Amino acid sequence: MNGFIHSIETCGTVDGPGVRFVVFMQGCPLRCKYCHNPDTQETGSGRKISTDEILAQYKSVREFAKGGITLSGGEPLMQLEFAIELFKKAKQLKIHTALDTSGAVFSRGKISKFNELIKYTDLVLLDIKHIDNIEHKKLTNAGNENILDFARYLSENNVPVLIRHVLVRGLTDKKSDLENLGAFMAELKNVHSFEVLPYHNMAIPKYEALKRDYPLKNIAPATENEVKTAQNIILSGYKFAKKLPEIISEAAHDR
Amino acid sequence: MTDTLEGFNSGKWNEEINVRDFIQRNYTPYEGGEEFLEEPGENTKKLWNKCLMLLKAEHEAGGVLDMDTEIVSSITSHNACYIDKELEKIVGFQTDYPLKRALQPYGGIRMAQNSCNSYGYEVNPKITEIFTKYRKTHNQGVFDVYTPEMKAARHSGIITGLPDAYGRGRIIGDYRRVALYGTDRLIEDKKNQFKSLEGEMTPERIRLREEIAEQIKALGELKELGLIYGFDISKPAKCAKEAVQWLYFGFLAAVKEQNGAAMSIGRTSTFLDIYIERDLKRGILTESEAQELIDHFIMKLRFVKFARTPEYNELFSGDPTWVTESIGGMGVDGRTLVTKNSFRYLHTLENLGTSPEPNLTVLWSVNLPFGFKKYCAKISIKTSSIQYENDDLMRTIHGDDYAIACCVSSMVTGKEMQFFGARANLAKCLLYAINGGIDEISGVQVAPEYRAVEGEYLDYDDVMAKYDDMLEWLAGLYVNTLNIIHYMHDKYCYERLQMALHDRDVKRYFATGIAGLSVVADSLSAIKYAKVKAIRNENNVIVDYEIEGTFPKYGNNDDRADKIAVDLVKNFMSKIKKHYTYRNSIPTLSILTITSNVVYGKKTGNTPDGRKHGIPLAPGANPMHGRDENGAIASLASVAKLPFEYAKDGISNTFSIIPDALGKDDTIVQLNCGCSTGNITK
Repeated sequence: MNGFIHSIETCGTVDGPGVRFVVFMQGCPLRCKYCHNPDTQETGSGRKISTDEILAQYKSVREFAKGGITLSGGEPLMQLEFAIELFKKAKQLKIHTALDTSGAVFSRGKISKFNELIKYTDLVLLDIKHIDNIEHKKLTNAGNENILDFARYLSENNVPVLIRHVLVRGLTDKKSDLENLGAFMAELKNVHSFEVLPYHNMAIPKYEALKRDYPLKNIAPATENEVKTAQNIILSGYKFAKKLPEIISEAAHDR
Repeated sequence: MTDTLEGFNSGKWNEEINVRDFIQRNYTPYEGGEEFLEEPGENTKKLWNKCLMLLKAEHEAGGVLDMDTEIVSSITSHNACYIDKELEKIVGFQTDYPLKRALQPYGGIRMAQNSCNSYGYEVNPKITEIFTKYRKTHNQGVFDVYTPEMKAARHSGIITGLPDAYGRGRIIGDYRRVALYGTDRLIEDKKNQFKSLEGEMTPERIRLREEIAEQIKALGELKELGLIYGFDISKPAKCAKEAVQWLYFGFLAAVKEQNGAAMSIGRTSTFLDIYIERDLKRGILTESEAQELIDHFIMKLRFVKFARTPEYNELFSGDPTWVTESIGGMGVDGRTLVTKNSFRYLHTLENLGTSPEPNLTVLWSVNLPFGFKKYCAKISIKTSSIQYENDDLMRTIHGDDYAIACCVSSMVTGKEMQFFGARANLAKCLLYAINGGIDEISGVQVAPEYRAVEGEYLDYDDVMAKYDDMLEWLAGLYVNTLNIIHYMHDKYCYERLQMALHDRDVKRYFATGIAGLSVVADSLSAIKYAKVKAIRNENNVIVDYEIEGTFPKYGNNDDRADKIAVDLVKNFMSKIKKHYTYRNSIPTLSILTITSNVVYGKKTGNTPDGRKHGIPLAPGANPMHGRDENGAIASLASVAKLPFEYAKDGISNTFSIIPDALGKDDTIVQLNCGCSTGNITK
């Protein structure tokens, strides 16, 4: 089967465990203001490539990219059938598979397809861009209902998940939102780690090349300290929510 | 003597000059970690501070602190010189003042003059007269016999960086021999070699006899150098301190004699560890004293400097001396050659701070002890000052006592040497093929007047046939130019002392090199897979190209382009091999323009891959900048296809990466959720 990709990075070091072969799919339903790959957003373009070609390419560098294959984008779930076939074949070859997604196109209507996909998925890198639905819409042009539902679905099916959150000053760094994100993670039983990614503006040249206005012109990149602070806030929300049943029962006891 | 040998296992090395045998019978492999290492002592800190002040003064003076214009450098030319005699555990400088650059005119008086002039110094006219009128130099010899074609090729830059006006370097004396045997025994051995060369006096034998006679004199002068500093090095070193000092005197004598393009020191750390271990056992040395010896030794190596012109520095990007020390590796018997002293050498980067010289090079094997690998990684992250070479690859060719000269050239210490041969520019050669030997920049007929490309569009088969002819021409011209250079270098600028620390019959490599590999691969790929239109100037010379369509590019793990590069390497090497190489040396090839690619770019006109005149060629075997679109590993995979057996002198792929791009450890927060963590190993 053929899919449409934007590009391949053979030495991916930030999208999953180990050195990874990252396939960036073309096309994304979201328009995140901080998107650092705006050239992958448009659908209907990209380079046509088959799952076999990708696997052949991976095999020739597997010795170095031992981590496995990460499907990223763009939004890989927009080419669901392709993702299923690629991961199915990859698992036959005992290759670690990771899916880097926002989950924005998840739908229970296509549950059998997703059931198929997660059979072959070792890890999901799930990007939760904003826990607040209204803010999410402002940031990405779409709500987060599908995304949170996808997170719950993965939890129901016990698929290992790493939650990622991009920290942008003034947009995604509000304390209560970060706490709520942590609390949401606590509801899930499959989240083994999370990562706060500092927003950076290295994509500006890409926007210039596309002759598009850069949406976050006046926002400075997040600092290391801000990331640490955000991590701690999320963690405190997570811990609080984990303890909440205890707290409630203690409160009931006191009464 | 008993004292000297006490505690050492004897063997072949007692009967013959055989350092490897000594090492194998006596060294202690170390499989542990860094925890035994000591911080620098007060002496070291004080001394290094003084060194830093001198280095700062040198920097402030515009890169050169002082230059000798009066005394021609030889092994014994200068009196003893110290920074602080009380503090220095290891002594000896090249001239009578630290960092003062020696006057070394045997390679060429003009180069020596120019080096001085460019920093505002003037060589004593008497000396200039002597080396112009009475004593011929290497450079003079070469230019006396160069053909007009060779001069034209040199001028146009199709062959560049030839060691015809400066020392060729790339020869590593086995400086360990000085410590293990002392100069008397080495002289005795050389005298026996001399005796063994009687009988039929062929030119080869006469030459070798003369060379050995020179070697014996050089060893005598080496002994004198020791005496200048108050040491009798005629006998073997008796303790670790003497071993380091004797060994360093051997190296110092070499750099006093030769201003070579790379003056590497060899593979000394494990050898010296044997003496240190013995002294530690005897209780006459502590770990911190051992570290002090190594720290002070490395300081001296950091102070090795040569007089060079700004053009030379431009070609080599900086003021490099390539004092390469090879560390670690595995033995052929499966034991690691890592010792505690391997750690001490790397530890100098912590104790003294980071430095490009000496060029500490770890011979990397997958089987190296984990503790050492970990320490290497730590020091690399901290200082970015370690070079790595593939021991698993080179051990199969050279055994386990080889060392690296310059950046990648490997040779068995004391048994093999190399004739360094700069580079042929294969990208420019392609342009010559297209234009029938006319230089695309000057318009001059440099190469033979073969038939130029005709018509509007370049045809792959036509260009390939013409290129093959032109490569044939270039290979012949290149090898013969080098033959002249090395003949004259042996004659007028012979490395007496370094060769005195070699066996009688050395294996010689004839090192050739190529530049522009990726430009040629992409150009030929463009001609084959896209349409390339030739743009001619008013003299009908093709000076530019228009590409219609796309084409596969080298560096993307795409066989269509990569195969062109592979074939080119094989083809050029087989053409080199057709020719006689000086002293029946074994031709090798390198693909390694690590630093000179900028200069080559200036000398190469527009190329059919779309690269413009002046844009640097990619370094070594790298893909052209920005053309590797599939990330680092695909790029490396392309390079890895190049056949090492055709390019044994080394293939380089310069690869830099922003630290953050190597992944993050601290941004991911692990949650103790009791759930499966998938399969995460980093």
